[in-house]
Amino acid sequence: MDDLSRFKQTYFDESAELLAVAEAGLLRLAPGEVDMDEVNAIFRAVHSIKGGGGAFGFNDLVAFAHEFETVMDGVRNAEIPVTTELVDTLIRANDLLARLLSHASDETEAPAGTTDDTVAALRRFLGKDETPAEEPPAAPPPATVYPDDEDDEAGIFGDALAAIQAARDDQPASGGPIPEGKVRWTIVFRPKAELLLSGNEPTYMLRALRRLGEAEVVCHLDKLPSLRDLDAELLHLSWTVTLLADPQVDRAQIDDVFEFVADDCDIRISAEAPPPAVIPPVEPASVPQPAPVSTAANLPQPAAPAAPPTTPAATTSGSAKPGDGAKRPNGGAGGTGGDHSGPTTHTIRVDLDKIDRLVNMVGEMVITQAMIAEHLRDLPPGQFQELLEGLEGLAQHTRELRESVMSIRAQPVSSVFSRMPRLVRECAAMTGKEVMLVTSGETTEVDKTVVENLVDPLTHMIRNSIDHGLEGPDERERIGKPRAGTVHLSAAHRSGRIVIEVTDDGRGINRAKVLSKAIEKGLVQPGASLSDEEIDNLIFLPGFSTADQVSNLSGRGVGMDVVRRNISSLGGRIGVYSTPGEGSRFVLSLPLTLAVLDGMVISVGEERFVLPLTNIVESLRPKPADLHGLVNKCDVMMARGEYVRLVHLHRLFGIPKAIDDATKGLVVLVETEDGSRLGLVVDEVLGQQQVVIKSLEANFRRLDGVAAATILGDGRVALILDVAGLREMSRHNTSGSDAGSPSASPSLPAPADRSDQRQRQTV
Amino acid sequence: MSSSTAIAPVSSRADLSAAGSAANGTEEQYVTFTVGSEEYGVNILAVREIRGWTPESRLPNLPDYVRGVINLRGIIIPIFDLRARFGGGLTQVTKRHVVVVMQVGERTRGILVDAISDILAIGHDAIKPPPDVDSGLIDAEYLSGLYTAENRMVTLLNVGKLFAGEHVDQDAMPRAALETT
Repeated sequence: MDDLSRFKQTYFDESAELLAVAEAGLLRLAPGEVDMDEVNAIFRAVHSIKGGGGAFGFNDLVAFAHEFETVMDGVRNAEIPVTTELVDTLIRANDLLARLLSHASDETEAPAGTTDDTVAALRRFLGKDETPAEEPPAAPPPATVYPDDEDDEAGIFGDALAAIQAARDDQPASGGPIPEGKVRWTIVFRPKAELLLSGNEPTYMLRALRRLGEAEVVCHLDKLPSLRDLDAELLHLSWTVTLLADPQVDRAQIDDVFEFVADDCDIRISAEAPPPAVIPPVEPASVPQPAPVSTAANLPQPAAPAAPPTTPAATTSGSAKPGDGAKRPNGGAGGTGGDHSGPTTHTIRVDLDKIDRLVNMVGEMVITQAMIAEHLRDLPPGQFQELLEGLEGLAQHTRELRESVMSIRAQPVSSVFSRMPRLVRECAAMTGKEVMLVTSGETTEVDKTVVENLVDPLTHMIRNSIDHGLEGPDERERIGKPRAGTVHLSAAHRSGRIVIEVTDDGRGINRAKVLSKAIEKGLVQPGASLSDEEIDNLIFLPGFSTADQVSNLSGRGVGMDVVRRNISSLGGRIGVYSTPGEGSRFVLSLPLTLAVLDGMVISVGEERFVLPLTNIVESLRPKPADLHGLVNKCDVMMARGEYVRLVHLHRLFGIPKAIDDATKGLVVLVETEDGSRLGLVVDEVLGQQQVVIKSLEANFRRLDGVAAATILGDGRVALILDVAGLREMSRHNTSGSDAGSPSASPSLPAPADRSDQRQRQTV
Repeated sequence: MSSSTAIAPVSSRADLSAAGSAANGTEEQYVTFTVGSEEYGVNILAVREIRGWTPESRLPNLPDYVRGVINLRGIIIPIFDLRARFGGGLTQVTKRHVVVVMQVGERTRGILVDAISDILAIGHDAIKPPPDVDSGLIDAEYLSGLYTAENRMVTLLNVGKLFAGEHVDQDAMPRAALETT
């Protein structure tokens, strides 16, 4: 039982991946240029889901996947033209398949009729196409397979029956001459009766064989019971296929066709080349697959050519005609097999818990190492040289170990980016706008947790860009922009963080509207004068929305504030830059990992804090002449030709017994992601250290100016500072005396005063 | 760390908000402890361990009853000063003070008390409702009942409520939302 549930889990995991593959493929599917590889990939994905589902008895799912697969097969055979409508339907079908899978995984029943609409839609494509199909059903289909298959199956079985007739009339073609340059394969395919129960479909295999060359299919009905005894769930047929193929078609390609069913059937494959075969002997071909199970062997030998002479096989003789045979996409060979196993990608599937445990252990090791280092610092110098060197080595290995472990969790952002074309497509359809999505930097890697948590914010932002940012096509044309708006999604590594940008070339933020809306909603005092940047950032306020109408997409006033909260819970930040008429740019900056960072330990009073190394520019002890007061409210310092605002950490955090005079303590010059600088006044800088990031929120909650916590070498907790957060706190807190409770008044601070500071700060 | 004593399996977490709601007649065990001259009790199923006082790291800009955070074998938990929570001022900690580490919902947190006094098996019937007190005087929300043990009155606490509001994410600060970086 345990085993079964484990297999099931694997099945669901794999299915999720396959669904993603199918969706990605469907999104790339466009009318006109049909990439057969894509189509095959989608087909195989759906087929594999169906096959596995059959093995676990998920009947609804199998039945639906079967419909889906049938249409895909039509696409593959170029019987169904690729239209936008088709792609949309297939995407819906893919979603539905995902829903059915999740029902199966929760062990709940999907509501009856869930699939009806989509099945009907899918069948419409088949119906449209079935009428001009080559031959009408010659005979009613044997009641073996899924009853809902008839329209598709009829043709094939009709073929088969007709072939039987033909075979009876004149003897099997095996005796006939083999045309020049061809190889005749004889494939005896005797599936076990239970084959259909695992969701496999012999029709596809036969069809796949046809694709390899000219095939003659003979169906053997000798095991077919009378109608009264017929069990419709079982398969009573077997086939002999005589395949005239190009020499390029090799044994492996034929084997591929039966890859999924090899255990459930008895297959004999033999080859016969024309007498003047130019091909050197490669291997004896007709190594018949050993009949795996006795039941198969008990079947009467079909009358058809059983074991032709073992002529040298015409296997992969690339020398013959490399051109034309190679054109056939490899995957096309097998409806069932193909390159499913593909080139071996040397990967393993590992439970995330195991990796997390490893990450945790490495984290603890980093702490222990810091602890040893701290104790050794007290040793008399010069006496324990080897020990110190050993420790140095250990530190290096720990760092490497940490990086390797982190890289296990790293994932390219493409897994998120790849979901966006779909979203853009939907949004464009809903708003009636023309949108082109350009992505770049998809291979940028970032921690899995970060990747996972990016989906929602990015979804919001892209929706926002399309709904609010981009103009309609007509309007765009009028103002001289291309009809289709462009949304650019990019990712890049920048100074130890990942920066993700969403840029659109729309109308930009309408500042007048934003401001009036904010005043209307009481978010800003009337008459307050805000800088452009400040107005742009109003869109991140909770409950803010400028959409005149609540559309399906956005405008409910939940959006950018949620985005902002999601991002900041990841230790990231978001900013917006907008130029009226030209577009807006949202910039997300996130830490690469949520586990470890390089930090500088500082002390203030009796407390110690960690500053992320990426934020630190330098630390210095200012001379009294460098310090100036600004409007009697805050101190600025001259550092390398720039005025930098000083922030006394102890004032901000209310820490007693700390050094207040910057000339007696130290100023750590820090820089936020957007390049603005701040001088943090601290007592002392204790040293650089790798720290393991520990969540404060897990057992407590987020605090202003604090990014997370960590454990220092002595086992004590130290807070990791959030420089941008500190800057914000200090802005609202220029007096510095009372830090105020977190629920302090939401009103804006006097803006005039503040922008004044900013100017000085950034000059 | 050697001073910590696990007294209850964590696996059996109690529903803390219903500390007194067990079926009638059944007894539940309570860990009682003193703060000053008063005695309080919490459901034993909520208690993960009791450990000696280790110095905390302060957290900025919080009410004084949030003493700070400590490292509990690799996880960081907040410590609340029960005396300060009840308005008695900050506890002057000594080595004899103890921290009761509790599981409150998903979160682990510690409360600083003077000393552990007892483990009592208390029947549901024996718990008396807290008297009608002026809500301005005592916030009765977190009191789940009163129990008399040999002339001592033990105040049973509803731990979930005691820290209610401390674990809500008070991130909804519009002022912080104004600026971006």
